[in-house]
Amino acid sequence: MVLKLKIWRQEQGQKDGRFESYVLEELSSDMSFLEMLDQLNENLVKKKKVPVAFDHDCREGICGSCSLVINGNPHGPHTGSAVCQLHLRSFKDREEVWVEPFRAKAFPVIQDLIVDRSSLDRIIQSGGYISVNTGSAPEAHSIPVEKGKAEEAFSNAACIGCGACVAVCKNASASLFVSAKLSHLNLLPQGQAEKKSRALRMVGQMEKEGFGACTNTGACSRACPKEISLRSIARMNREYLKAYLSSD
Amino acid sequence: MKFSAGIPSGPLEEKWDRHRFELPLVNPANKRKHQVIVVGTGLAGASASSSLAELGYQVKTFCIQDSPRRAHSIAAQGGINAAKNYPGDGDSIKRLFYDTVKGGDFRSREANIYRLAQISNHIIDHCVAQGVPFAREYGGLLANRSFGGAQVSRTFYARGQTGQQLLLGAYSALMRQVDRGRVSLYPRHEMMDLVVCEGQAVGIVTRNLLTGEVEGHLAQAVILATGGYGNIFYLSTNAMHSNASAAWRCHKRGAFFANPCFTQIHPTCIPRSGNYQSKLTLLSESLRNDGRVWVPKNAGDKRAPESIPEGERDYYLERIYPSFGNLVPRDLASRQAKFQVDAGLGVGPTGEAVYLDFKDAIKRLGKGSLSEKYGNLFQMYEKITGENPYEKPMRIYPAVHYTMGGLWVDYNLESAVKGLFVLGEANFSDHGANRLGASALMQGLADGYFIVPYTVAKHLVGGAAIAESKKERALKETCKEVEDRLKKVIQVGGSKTVDFFHRELGGLLWNQVGMLRSEKGLIGAIDQIQGIRENFWNEVYVPGEAGNKNAELEKALRMADFLELAELMAKDALARKESCGSHFREEYQTPDQEAIRDDENFCHVSVWESKDSQGKDWILHKEPLEFKEVSLSVRSYK
Ligand SMILES: Cc1cc2nc3c(=O)[nH]c(=O)nc-3n(C[C@H](O)[C@H](O)[C@H](O)COP(=O)(O)OP(=O)(O)OC[C@H]3O[C@@H](n4cnc5c(N)ncnc54)[C@H](O)[C@@H]3O)c2cc1C
Ligand code: FES
Repeated sequence: MVLKLKIWRQEQGQKDGRFESYVLEELSSDMSFLEMLDQLNENLVKKKKVPVAFDHDCREGICGSCSLVINGNPHGPHTGSAVCQLHLRSFKDREEVWVEPFRAKAFPVIQDLIVDRSSLDRIIQSGGYISVNTGSAPEAHSIPVEKGKAEEAFSNAACIGCGACVAVCKNASASLFVSAKLSHLNLLPQGQAEKKSRALRMVGQMEKEGFGACTNTGACSRACPKEISLRSIARMNREYLKAYLSSD
Repeated sequence: MKFSAGIPSGPLEEKWDRHRFELPLVNPANKRKHQVIVVGTGLAGASASSSLAELGYQVKTFCIQDSPRRAHSIAAQGGINAAKNYPGDGDSIKRLFYDTVKGGDFRSREANIYRLAQISNHIIDHCVAQGVPFAREYGGLLANRSFGGAQVSRTFYARGQTGQQLLLGAYSALMRQVDRGRVSLYPRHEMMDLVVCEGQAVGIVTRNLLTGEVEGHLAQAVILATGGYGNIFYLSTNAMHSNASAAWRCHKRGAFFANPCFTQIHPTCIPRSGNYQSKLTLLSESLRNDGRVWVPKNAGDKRAPESIPEGERDYYLERIYPSFGNLVPRDLASRQAKFQVDAGLGVGPTGEAVYLDFKDAIKRLGKGSLSEKYGNLFQMYEKITGENPYEKPMRIYPAVHYTMGGLWVDYNLESAVKGLFVLGEANFSDHGANRLGASALMQGLADGYFIVPYTVAKHLVGGAAIAESKKERALKETCKEVEDRLKKVIQVGGSKTVDFFHRELGGLLWNQVGMLRSEKGLIGAIDQIQGIRENFWNEVYVPGEAGNKNAELEKALRMADFLELAELMAKDALARKESCGSHFREEYQTPDQEAIRDDENFCHVSVWESKDSQGKDWILHKEPLEFKEVSLSVRSYK
């Protein structure tokens, strides 16, 4: 098959970029989208041109590295998957495909399709953990966890930290990301001691990083490769408010 | 050169406790003054970084990805072993120890494995305290499942995402220490070389992957946790950035490389679909519980599977291993699939696959109950291949998955270079010639959380003092060498891409240093590897400059190191004139194609010392292995 690509190119250190057109022929519909980019890059290198920079690593939807917006959708047309899990059979022959980086104030573009998502690490750093030093843990069975709670904690812990929720949000809010971590830890008995400070610090850090406010459009949850629920955001708001009101 | 594994004396059960007691302590006020470098943020690196920082050391942590949370460990699926015996089915530290020694086909150290089994239980306690959401029973207690090579249920899991959850636990502990100011984080920084001064590791040289800047970092100890080298085969289940370079650079600076030819090939992966393929995806081997493996009886039968009648199918695993059938261990299942494909019986568009058929299981159990068990795997398969496994048999084929070989370390996890410690998949590990499922995560976390934070003290307290000026000089020289190497590969200015050479090398290794090895094949392979290496240095083309983000340049230098390591893998496989675990030499098999191990001559770790800087010459040392607790025996699955 043939694809007509329009890919965002932006040189390092430049404030702006532009779309460039590439036509790829003789593609197999079994190829993954990233393998198609590999092929484009191999062609570019052979022509002694600069290949397209993009982040990727596991290529199975779990590391959260890949971060492309395809025809306006973060991670492409399908729900519940990352762009590394997208295959060309999802496109029509001769289709025009627009490829852009995740865009948000808190995710500055570094080069081409690569953005800086270190703001997400700093949010985790501000409180996305349970304070327990190695060697000081009690016997694992001394902390039973209700199965339903454990399952819900897991569903939130499944966040891969890709930032698609931010990229799709018209306010570039990181609420789904932050609330997923808060929900994971706050639902568990182990997470209770730091519940309040965690909510205050993480939400505070999110604001500091320049992410926008949540207006409940629900786009984030639909774009999330792990389909994290909007309920998490509601939980975060409740907990933040409670913590805020009781903090002084 | 003399070297010793440094196994403590005393009864097996007491070795680790005694040793820990004898290790020196570092005064809390002094810990702050010790700078430790950790390279890698997978399970091993993230756990080591956080634990060292908690103890009070000043830590610098490096990784290739944009965030430490994205290390390759994130992709582990099945689970992590521990000897908790929660199901009450007779497990114990001793049994986990025993299974691991036997699973590794008697090519690992008893003392190390015993310690690993002892620590396994502390890992679960710690991870639960961190909030790792392991699967639980209705009563709220932890659930376990069974895995290959064990008769007890000892695997803890978090759906099919155990690696992700364990890594996020270690990452959160790491970020907590970043917040405390004890860890400085260097994401998108690749270690390019080890700085050695007067025989001790005193620092590393890195390249900032965004700016291209070559930077030097000095420290009192260097801890390497950079993962395995399965990607040398081009196609593997490893993440795209997994590589051998950090370990290889250390090898060339004096660290020994042990058992490089021990590579695990996993039987149930989604086959390659074309030449554009960039990596392979694993499907849990639990599928073999209900799927039946077969190929057509007649070579070249191109009919669709559903039109091949029962009488013309060969359910070869059931035929060859009537008692274990489709559930033989990984190495056997993989090897048999290769035999079928080599005989021209392979299926699918490339002919490099066998069928895994659920037709009978659907009849027996119904579609609903099958989807309850394997729904997510079937979905994953369909996402990648576009085929529905409820209607058409799956196509599967073995793929490179894990490397048991790695840098040689002693009981303290210290390499032959003093002050350089190696953890996780990067060391030659505790798995001998074959790793059991769910044991890599256990080993990585044991190394990082519970071993190295204590053993490193011995070097910090006892290492010889070196003048700062000498270290600075060594650092400068090493930086210069790195810069020269970067320039050199760009200056080749040929016309072929890095991937061109990688595919060529991968294909060669897969055929000659993969599931089946022979003297003739290995000798030929060594010759061909040297040829590819020469061509690489004459014909590779790397666009752009060293002074900024340049993915092709990163790949090129990793490739250059793969080309050297490949030769050592082949040499190691050639030198080991026996079949054991993952290493199967055609010359050493029974008439019915089972492995013949030679304990008389090969009950040792092959320990390779690099002799020249070109990566072409080595001395082979042997570390003898003694089995006092578990007696040497032959595995049989017929
Ligand atoms: C698909 C799959 C499934 C698996 N499932 C299981 C399972 O169920 N159970 C189990 O026990 N094991 C499993 N394994 C094996 C297990 O996941 C790995 O062996 C283990 O995670 C390795 O951890 P590590 O910390 O040693 O290295 P890795 O997780 O590979 O981390 C390496 C780190 O080093 C960094 N690095 C590498 N080179 C450099 C450099 N030059 N400079 C700077 N940083 C560098 C990387 O950025 C990364 O942070 C699986 C493996 C695969 C491929
Ligand atoms: S590359 Fe890892 S999630 Fe896409």
